[in-house]
Amino acid sequence: MKSKREVLLKLFISTLYLSAFTFGGGYVIVTLMKKKFVDEYHWIQEDEMLDLVAIAQSSPGAIAVNGAIVVGYKLAGMTGAVTAIIATIIPPFLIISLISVFYNAFRSSFLISQLLEGMQAGVGAVIAAVVYEMAGGIIQGKSPVSILIMAGAFAATCFFGVNVVFVILICGLIGVVRTLAARREGRK
Amino acid sequence: MIWFQLFLSFLQIGLFSFGGGYAAMPLIQEQIVNIHGWLDMDQFTDLITISQMTPGPIAINSATFVGIRIGGIPGALVATLGCILPSCIIVTLLAKLYLKYQKLDVLQSVLNSLRPAVVALIASAGISILITAFWGSGGVIRLADTDWLLVVIFMVCVVLLQKLKWNPILVMVLAGVMKLAAAAAEKWIF
Repeated sequence: MKSKREVLLKLFISTLYLSAFTFGGGYVIVTLMKKKFVDEYHWIQEDEMLDLVAIAQSSPGAIAVNGAIVVGYKLAGMTGAVTAIIATIIPPFLIISLISVFYNAFRSSFLISQLLEGMQAGVGAVIAAVVYEMAGGIIQGKSPVSILIMAGAFAATCFFGVNVVFVILICGLIGVVRTLAARREGRK
Repeated sequence: MIWFQLFLSFLQIGLFSFGGGYAAMPLIQEQIVNIHGWLDMDQFTDLITISQMTPGPIAINSATFVGIRIGGIPGALVATLGCILPSCIIVTLLAKLYLKYQKLDVLQSVLNSLRPAVVALIASAGISILITAFWGSGGVIRLADTDWLLVVIFMVCVVLLQKLKWNPILVMVLAGVMKLAAAAAEKWIF
């Protein structure tokens, strides 16, 4: 591998570029990272990258940030992780700062406010489509516990206003118990 | 003090959003709208819309947007830092363990169990966004106050996404243009 400084510079530039031009969320950006670091630079082995992506996707937080951390850490330790995080954060930070400065002026203009109002219905439709697809996957899984968790969590937040963090903690706990029970079952 | 609160709020968002994509949205709504009132539902919905139109994760975009409005540039920095801190610690720890033992199965199966809950939370947040779109951010649902134009736009968008598999960003832009065209026609023609 090249000298550490060169690796860090290339890591910085490629994560900055990916972060600035990737629309469509973390899953897309992680795929592009694989293309860059596995197929193009040959810095990481394919199957190792798949496991690193799995870590990024199962940890809490934004997947794009998590992906940057695993790749950076794998390539250059803590310095690499920090370099990749900074490069990932710079583009959204600059873009949203700019937008939030102009937001109030934007919002009071007739043109933009009408556009945004229409787009609210549009984003609602996008979320509805995502939920439809995800919930369909859960229901097709035919696990009664999963379906019950989904229904319970929905009722708790939508009708009873239960704190989201509380719901996640309880359901995570159920997940741990289920996993342990399944292991015990498997050992018998 | 406000910086510390921003930091703590976004720390929770970073720590409890599992599964990427929209998973952070219900947590952001809880912290920013329900608990602290830093944004109203209308502004929150705008924020989600803007996040969809620009690159970058929803959580990072929200940290910057809310941080700047509440505490200026330092506020944005503190909120972003809070948002990524849990990731930094947990992901590096897991990467370290993985590079040593090469095993991840427990983590993945716990995450699989969390997924139904995450879907439900996203659905709840989506419903409050639709209520805001159709009835305004007051949160009072009355048939007479329904914005039927937006209901129609919503249904057109669902068809474009589900049946015709259009790109989500394109569908959102089209939704905006439809509303603008209708409002402009009402204002200048009739």
